Amino acid sequence: MRVNVVAGETFVPPSGEDFWQPLVGDGAFALTRPMVLFLLSAVLIITVMLLATRRLSVVPGKGQWILESAYGFVRNGIARDMIGERNFKPFLPLLFSAFIVILVNNLFGIIPVLQYPTMSRIGFPMALALFVYLLYLYLGIKRRGLGGYFKGLVPQGLPPFIVPLLFVLEIITYFFTRPVTLALRLFGNMFAGHILLLLMALAGEYLLLHTGFPTNVFSIGPLVGFFLLTAFELLIEFLQAYIFVLLAAFYIADSLADEH
Amino acid sequence: MEGNIAILGYGLSAIGPGIGVGLIFAAYISGVARQPEARGILQPLAILGFALTEALAIFGLALAFVFR
Repeated sequence: MRVNVVAGETFVPPSGEDFWQPLVGDGAFALTRPMVLFLLSAVLIITVMLLATRRLSVVPGKGQWILESAYGFVRNGIARDMIGERNFKPFLPLLFSAFIVILVNNLFGIIPVLQYPTMSRIGFPMALALFVYLLYLYLGIKRRGLGGYFKGLVPQGLPPFIVPLLFVLEIITYFFTRPVTLALRLFGNMFAGHILLLLMALAGEYLLLHTGFPTNVFSIGPLVGFFLLTAFELLIEFLQAYIFVLLAAFYIADSLADEH
Repeated sequence: MEGNIAILGYGLSAIGPGIGVGLIFAAYISGVARQPEARGILQPLAILGFALTEALAIFGLALAFVFR
């Protein structure tokens, strides 16, 4: 672990390499810590969902109430508002499972012992974003046809000289910026937040244990910062799960809309 | 002094989104202050705008770690 590496006299700040933690094997096919955590999250979510929904009652108990409010939040707050009353229902399973998976995996970042946000490895958000990307492209092309889809990218009734410019911009937006930012936003927030926590923890540990009397008093700064940032991370983790699902719903709604 | 110039790029790329996010939430707050019952409609819009604006800063952060 990191703490042993730091035991020297100079302080080694955390870097991206600290997130590479293979448990079994090495290289491209290693079994890494985020993989194990992702499996754990899947098992956890499936078990909780099955147990909590086994005996549904009209007057909900505590467990059912919590699940129902999470479901209601995604259903009414995100899916129905963004996609619209008429055709939001087919996308609810996707949006709700994406929300729960991202939320649980993000929360792993501050749960002691686990303490690793799975989404801080780019592969995981990339897979999620790829799914949303292919889905909204498929929906848009199915609705308007391949030619109609590209034609629909540019709004009608513009002066002709601006159309090619806008077309290029829209192509970049739809085929590059949207999927890349969807994945990078989740990754970047989790990665940056966790590296900040790591920096606070390492700096506090270094100041406290590896420096002499006058300076080790200052370790209180990073250590208090660590606690405050952990609380801040909790907020960010909820917000990022919300934003991912909100944007996914927005892109789906955009593909379903009649006009640009 | 040692370091990586790419992190300065992150600092530069954070200026624009910083201003943009500030403007979005300023508009959101004044909107809610004028019409508190519109909060439910404004909140997803504000968060959506925030997420889209923040993308540039996230690009900068990712590139700061890519070009090291």
